[in-house]
Amino acid sequence: MNRLNGSTEAPLLEVTDLRTTFETRHGLLTAVDGVSLRLDRGTTYGIVGESGSGKTVLARSILRLITARSAETTGSIKLQGRELVDLSPRQLRDVWGVQAAMVFQDPMTSLNATMRIGAQITEGLRHHLDLGRTEAEKTMLALLKSVGIPEPERRARAYPHQLSGGMRQRVTIAIALACGPRLLVADEPTTALDVTVQRQILELLARQGRERAMGMILITHDLGVVAGRTDVIAVMYAGRVVERAPTRVLFRQHRHPYTRGLMQSIPRLAQPSHTRLQAIPGRPPDLTALPAGCPFAPRCARATDRCREEQPALTEIEPGHELACFNPLEAA
Amino acid sequence: MAGSGTAALRERDDIVLSVEHLVVEFPLGRHATVQAVSDVSFDVAAGETLGLVGESGCGKSTTARAIVQAPRPTSGEVRFQGRDLSRLDAEGLRQTRPALQMIFQDPISSLNPRRRIGDIVAEGLSIWGRMDGAIERVDTVLRDVGIDPESARGRRPHEFSGGQCQRICIARALVLDPTLLICDEPVSALDVSVQAQILNLLEDLKASHELTMVFIAHDLAVVKNVSDRVAVMYLGKLCEVGPTDALYAAPAHPYTAALLDAVPEPDPDAGDAGPALEGDLPSPLAPPSGCRFRTRCPRAQDRCAAEEPVLRPVGDDPDHVVACHFPLVPVETAS
Repeated sequence: MNRLNGSTEAPLLEVTDLRTTFETRHGLLTAVDGVSLRLDRGTTYGIVGESGSGKTVLARSILRLITARSAETTGSIKLQGRELVDLSPRQLRDVWGVQAAMVFQDPMTSLNATMRIGAQITEGLRHHLDLGRTEAEKTMLALLKSVGIPEPERRARAYPHQLSGGMRQRVTIAIALACGPRLLVADEPTTALDVTVQRQILELLARQGRERAMGMILITHDLGVVAGRTDVIAVMYAGRVVERAPTRVLFRQHRHPYTRGLMQSIPRLAQPSHTRLQAIPGRPPDLTALPAGCPFAPRCARATDRCREEQPALTEIEPGHELACFNPLEAA
Repeated sequence: MAGSGTAALRERDDIVLSVEHLVVEFPLGRHATVQAVSDVSFDVAAGETLGLVGESGCGKSTTARAIVQAPRPTSGEVRFQGRDLSRLDAEGLRQTRPALQMIFQDPISSLNPRRRIGDIVAEGLSIWGRMDGAIERVDTVLRDVGIDPESARGRRPHEFSGGQCQRICIARALVLDPTLLICDEPVSALDVSVQAQILNLLEDLKASHELTMVFIAHDLAVVKNVSDRVAVMYLGKLCEVGPTDALYAAPAHPYTAALLDAVPEPDPDAGDAGPALEGDLPSPLAPPSGCRFRTRCPRAQDRCAAEEPVLRPVGDDPDHVVACHFPLVPVETAS
């Protein structure tokens, strides 16, 4: 939580006014609309939002993984002081895997189905780190072991379809970690997994983040996933950050009506059965036809005429706590 | 776990659905079969919601499909309103369909993209020749699920969001006035804000349409919210069945407890309850002997490998049953 102490150390990642747009049949779609964030070494940043909130496009934009011809990314992405927005695809190859890596939601589609998993890990080691065959092999087995794969020698010869979903996600994490990235972006890493396996994977990510002092971005729709495992959380809606605060502050003293709506709409184990849920009316907005003012205004009980006309900017209301709302909830 | 036995069946006059010794096998290659559901028995009383919960591969969806006989189970009885569906011929089964409806996980692919909403919802009525007042009936159920019939009737599924499509699927299921509604992961494809709307809607409809429900989901908090009783499954067997609040407050089966511990609470101070469950689900092709959960169970002993536990009542509540040799709360020992 260095950012709260006003650390002067250069951040691991500094994103400024990032904007990603797509040219579509229905007009220009702004998936990420001016997002700035700063991530220090050894900290975990949670990004929470529903489908269409822009969280996945944001993650991919940060790593410059959006390659569609129709897409355009502007703003600044500084990773360890190096500007990524201007890099060519060839230059990016030295960033991917080595400085920054990503773990995706579906381990089946992010692994190569026709390649043994051992070879998928050694590939990066040999290419990026110039390791010899034996050395790469040794590192690969150590990696498989460190991500909790039993009998690594035997599993290294397996194909992805021979492993369970949880094991496959462990393999993709091993691949992501192989070249010692400083930044790990995990996009819904446990959404496709069962709860008991989800917990194993989240613990694995947290341990690896700690041991390697990586900066991590954890993207999810599930507030439970980020609650105990992040330092800061940004809540996204319609491509923008609407509230951002240190994790405990966000859960205890959130001020944005959307953040509260999200918190209240999830059923909780602590509530008795048949507890009436406080649903948010309406549905997430169509990004090609956003309303003029605050994008949440059509679903917001506190919206006024000003909300429908003018877009609130993200402003700091307390040190480390930022909010984009004209009519925030009372401070708790 | 492993629970076989019929201790989860109750002696009541208002049982709508009763599943006894249900077994579902699927052929695998030429000579092998896999047993997806192994000797499962439970019942659902009128107006009750039974939650069926478990991880992928536990057989919860297969159980749901076996109830509606699609496909027919390998063996066992499915008694619905007093009749054994597994013995009915095709026409007899067809006659029960209006009373027995189902909604699925992916609402968009459950709707024919080329047809208009009005026709989709009215189809059941036209099949059963109940076209008198059909338009009014369709409008009523659409209104019941929170869709404006005027604007929706002539439109097609792609013009609606996932949450709205699920509402339309529910309207289609309700149009024939069913007794039993089976919901297979009805909210897991939806965003949390929309999920809450659908869960509230199902609760309202259950009351207004006097529905009995079987609600299948992998999300324990969702299941708790809507269910009166919950059945926990693991590798094709029942572990524990009981009244929702009692089962969540004091789980008797170590697997139920592990599942509950694994749910990430949206509370930064909650921390992690208990140790994480180790290992993966064993292969359903060669399930462990005795209790199927024993390979991952922190309490497992030799007896668990030798002998399959049978469902038996927990404490003095005959409605709460567990299949475990070493349960977490005292069970009736006289058996």
